[in-house]
Amino acid sequence: MFAISDKDIVVDELRDQVKNAGSGGVCVFEGWVRNQNEGRTVQRLEYEVYAPLAIVEGKKVIAEAKQRFPFLEASCVHRSGLLEIGDCAVWVGVSAPHRDEAFKACRYIIDEIKVRLPIWKKEHYVDGDSGWVNCERCANV
Amino acid sequence: MKTLTVKYFAMFREHAGASEETLELDAATARDVFEQTRSRHGSSEPIGHCKVAINDEMADWTASVKDGDVVLLFPPVAGG
Repeated sequence: MFAISDKDIVVDELRDQVKNAGSGGVCVFEGWVRNQNEGRTVQRLEYEVYAPLAIVEGKKVIAEAKQRFPFLEASCVHRSGLLEIGDCAVWVGVSAPHRDEAFKACRYIIDEIKVRLPIWKKEHYVDGDSGWVNCERCANV
Repeated sequence: MKTLTVKYFAMFREHAGASEETLELDAATARDVFEQTRSRHGSSEPIGHCKVAINDEMADWTASVKDGDVVLLFPPVAGG
């Protein structure tokens, strides 16, 4: 399951979605809004998402992860809209019979989502300024 | 000339001052649309990490555009 949500991410509900009697564990990644970026103090974040394509691409990423690292259940939700410091911006959970697949698939999903989905992040700083954030892996390519 | 609807997101929307425009462009490929709209809006973003979709499907910059297409121009993404 992949979804875009403009509401608070409720972690317990998502965790229930990846439960499976055959799974020996779950690997979860939660991305949070932090108060600093590149030396500037961040007040809040704004995510702009082009949902029609983000959902298609997000489902593709999960399918690719399943082919590479066979798992039983995976779920991912990414926020849109205004977020405050400490809010959960993205949640990825993967459950599998053994931990290795769960860790690897979880890592694959979050890494690909960050560079492939049409999602943009605007930081609002305490000094009143704001700016679009560049993709971190892109900057190093 | 082709009539194209061009949609802008995030930084590109701010450069264009609009989320979409219908334009008459002498454009053969998605790259032509990117370059012509960039100079139209005085934007300096390199094409390098930008992406494009045509009619809601991700496309390559070399993809051809035809009359009536909706071209979506995506600045560098930053999810997560």
